[in-house]
Amino acid sequence: MIPLFVAIPLGAAFIIPLMSKVREGSARWIATGSALALLCLSVSSLWWVQKGALVYSVGGWKPPFGICMVLDNLTVLVLLVINLIGFLVLLYSLDYIKKYTAPSLYYTLFSLLLAGLNGLAVSGDLFNLFVFLEIASISSYALIAFGTEAEELEASFKYLVLGNVADLLILFAIGVLFGRASTLNMADLARSLQSISLTDPVLYATALFIVGFGLKTALVPFHAWLPDAHPAAPAPMSAMLSGVVIKVVGVYALTRVVFNVIGITPLISSVLMVLGIISMAAGVLLAIGQWDFKRLLAYHSISQIGYVVFGIGLGTPLGVAGGLFHLFNHSLFKSLLFLNSGAVEHATGTRDLRKLGGLCRTMPVTSATSLIASLSIAGVPPLCGFWSKLLIIMAAFQAGHTAGAVVCILTALVTLASFLKVQKFAFLRAAEGLCEGVREVPFFMLCAMVLLALLCIAAGVFFPPFLELVVKPAAQVVLEGRRYAGFVLGG
Amino acid sequence: MSLYALCFILFSIGLYCLLVKRNLVKKIIGLGIAEYAVNLFFILLGFKENAEAPILDKYTASQNFVDPLPQALILTSIVIGLGVTAVMVAISVRIYEKYRTFDIREIRRLKG
Repeated sequence: MIPLFVAIPLGAAFIIPLMSKVREGSARWIATGSALALLCLSVSSLWWVQKGALVYSVGGWKPPFGICMVLDNLTVLVLLVINLIGFLVLLYSLDYIKKYTAPSLYYTLFSLLLAGLNGLAVSGDLFNLFVFLEIASISSYALIAFGTEAEELEASFKYLVLGNVADLLILFAIGVLFGRASTLNMADLARSLQSISLTDPVLYATALFIVGFGLKTALVPFHAWLPDAHPAAPAPMSAMLSGVVIKVVGVYALTRVVFNVIGITPLISSVLMVLGIISMAAGVLLAIGQWDFKRLLAYHSISQIGYVVFGIGLGTPLGVAGGLFHLFNHSLFKSLLFLNSGAVEHATGTRDLRKLGGLCRTMPVTSATSLIASLSIAGVPPLCGFWSKLLIIMAAFQAGHTAGAVVCILTALVTLASFLKVQKFAFLRAAEGLCEGVREVPFFMLCAMVLLALLCIAAGVFFPPFLELVVKPAAQVVLEGRRYAGFVLGG
Repeated sequence: MSLYALCFILFSIGLYCLLVKRNLVKKIIGLGIAEYAVNLFFILLGFKENAEAPILDKYTASQNFVDPLPQALILTSIVIGLGVTAVMVAISVRIYEKYRTFDIREIRRLKG
């Protein structure tokens, strides 16, 4: 069953251009249908991994020699994030993308992106991971430039340059590890690195991995491309980029490589924590002064990813669980906020908060869902953002990193302030010129936003069973570290 | 060892060109150089002095083969590089249509 996660979207990406030659309207339904199938598969994969991790050997070649795909609890969490957000974003695109020419190309690229992300999540082989990372990256470069306006092309080129530097560094690091251990299978690599431990070449490769994946995640010293690239894309694509791509391509890949292959040490852990804290603080401080709705959200993505990396970097059971839970929650509320900004832009034609106003009367659904998302991201109980932030802060206090915990709390306060600003300027204050007589957005866009808002509330209210069922087992995989090798290779 | 050093220098030249040059086309060339340096690095990892191509049949006399795995990987990596270069060239052509220049200093409508 595991190859289906790659085969379905890849197949859809090939069929869509062919079918849209026959009937122009069919592309949207093929893309949405395949995304729905993927969502069902990822939900049902929750049950498959109950008895332990599944390993699929491509072409029947057994793991240390052939390529393998691995489905463990961490993978399941990531697949759930990718396919849930992917499906809802496609649902939203059904109406939104009509205003662009050549929508069938959009759906093709989107399916390719899903194939790349899913492949990255299930890959058990380091080079294979790189190939899927490239598939995901290339389709996101193209999707950012989809509007082909001057700003979009410029943002896409900026992302291309920095993204490629990241890819080269990652490939270089893979080469260094291969030179040291003569294997590319992640489990086998973990096993052979155990005897070598952290000698200089491995440490060098780790540094390259952290810089490479850090660039992809947009952690703060490497964040320059994100505030340009994410707002430039079409709104559903921004939701996908901020909600899913930076997490899977950056945080998940980094966690997998650093924890399960190389093995965490106090040095690496403190590097991750410092990067997390800097991103948290700098991201939110840059965000609060922004007037472009989407740019403000993009800076908040940097800040919230800081929480995730800080939590995972703590390396304690509570910290990792908090980080992964925040990863899931952030994908819900940040995608929702980007979809809201897209709806606002769709209805009024502007994203400048100074020109907006009074939308809570004319666009009640958008306004209500954005309120839920804003409260979630700011960490107001009982919505989902609160619990994951609470877990991270508690973990930081337990581990004795008081300074980090204090930064977490302060960041949450500034986040609240900056989203109050969004609510006030865009939705609550009296309407002026541009925003008079706007109408609520079409049905499918509303549908996606309402579903995401309900999920935000559900993840907050029913967080204990979700935490036990999905997040804790995923955190367990991270914490087991190199024992990952044992259950993949069987022994 | 000197081969690895040269390879690393090549990588640095490419990276320098990619990050510092102001012309979009030169950036693309820089990316190409850096990419080939990484590819060369992989090939060097599998290289052995006086070894043969790894084809096992009854005519091969020695057992001294180069490692075939990096060569297979680099074949994939070259194709990926081609894809990335194509996207980059396509986008810079569109940028030229909009801005009428390849100079990165004049392409700055986005505030950093």
